Amino acid sequence: MARALINAPARARRGSVIEIKTLISHIMETGFRYTQTGQAVPRDIVTDFTATYNGEEVFRARLYPAIAANPFISFHTLATESGTIELKWTGDNGFSATEQVRITVE
Amino acid sequence: MLRTAQLIVAVSLAVALAASEEIPLSERHSSYQDMSAETRAMQDHDAENPGMLWVLDGEALWQTKAGKAAIACAGCHGDAETSMKGVAARYPAYDARRGTAIDLAGRINVCRTDHQQSPELARESRDLLALTALVARQSHGLPIDSDEARLRPFIDAGRAIFTARQGQLDLACAHCHDANRGKKLAGITLSQGHPTGYPLYRLEWQTLGSLQRRLRNCLIGMRAEPYAYGAPEYIALEAYLMWRARGMPLESPAVRP
Ligand code: HEC
Ligand code: HEC
Repeated sequence: MARALINAPARARRGSVIEIKTLISHIMETGFRYTQTGQAVPRDIVTDFTATYNGEEVFRARLYPAIAANPFISFHTLATESGTIELKWTGDNGFSATEQVRITVE
Repeated sequence: MLRTAQLIVAVSLAVALAASEEIPLSERHSSYQDMSAETRAMQDHDAENPGMLWVLDGEALWQTKAGKAAIACAGCHGDAETSMKGVAARYPAYDARRGTAIDLAGRINVCRTDHQQSPELARESRDLLALTALVARQSHGLPIDSDEARLRPFIDAGRAIFTARQGQLDLACAHCHDANRGKKLAGITLSQGHPTGYPLYRLEWQTLGSLQRRLRNCLIGMRAEPYAYGAPEYIALEAYLMWRARGMPLESPAVRP
């Protein structure tokens, strides 16, 4: 699976706004490039990113070819309860990666 | 834009290059200091620094058995955090067995061929960059320690290249990174050209790259012919740049625009 770096607080106060930062290893090949012999380089990008918090979707993003390699996505959400935040990236050629972080809300 | 600007620089510099004034030690600084707050933050936070993706790859490779010897780097060197601490800060190093200077990527390839009995990893390949980044990471924040006594002929050869005009623009490295450091080249502030961050993640490349790749970029900008990866000229330039940056802390994997 592709490597990802996640920065999320392990603990948070109930009701506080928390930031989750994600970085995933991906070439994000635009599909607009050609090789030296004129062959089109097929598009290979991450197309979707979804974050769920104890199963409930809290953030979703759609990605396009103009986004740089190794996309960095950060978002905010409300710390409601202890549990798991799941991050999922999907894309061209069946690309799929999932990461989970545990959060304790007190 | 950049091309035009380089031409103008070439013309104005062609007039005089003050016999390559070396930068006083107290005035040296990494181009980290010239970067935007956002780019610095990206370098500073491990979970936001894309270079760390290569360090993680390197950690996995470090544990992977390879070659006819079927032994991993870890099989001989153990934990990289202890065995590789400070190593990158003194490369290129003098290799007594080969009687020449060798850079870190070259040294890793020697372990590949001689100790693991596996083929060399290609320069700039993801695996070689990942292993180099892992080893370099263990010197993060440590001062560069150039083995001046044994590297002297290589440092001198590097300085000779650094101060010699070459290419269609008739520029020397020193024109930009010594004589005109801190001035603007189009929108870019010309840095002092220190090797402290390599291998590093360059946003323009959208990937991690070696110091030699950076030097290749500079040579192309000068419209000079780049050397082949691993060429003695690059090793000499690296030895000179590391000596020139002696005492400065290593920042690999750094981030640059
Ligand atoms: C069979 C044992 C063995 C294996 C496997 C091995 N090395 Fe080494 N390595 C050595 C020895 C021995 C040295 C000391 C120099 C020499 O004699 O070649 C060394 C030196 C080094 C150095 C230079 C250290 C210094 O202080 O200058 C680096 C860097 C290095 N190895 C990296 C690696 C990496 C990366 C791998 C895996 C790709 C690896 N080695 C695999 C035995 C090994
Ligand atoms: C026309 C001006 C110019 C010349 C000549 C030039 N460079 Fe550069 N160099 C740049 C620019 C622009 C950059 C990227 C921004 C910066 O760091 O200054 C750069 C970056 C670098 C860096 C990376 C600095 C860092 O912090 O990442 C090094 C090292 C370097 N150059 C070395 C050299 C060497 C060695 C030569 C001669 C082979 C050379 N340069 C020739 C313009 C030049």
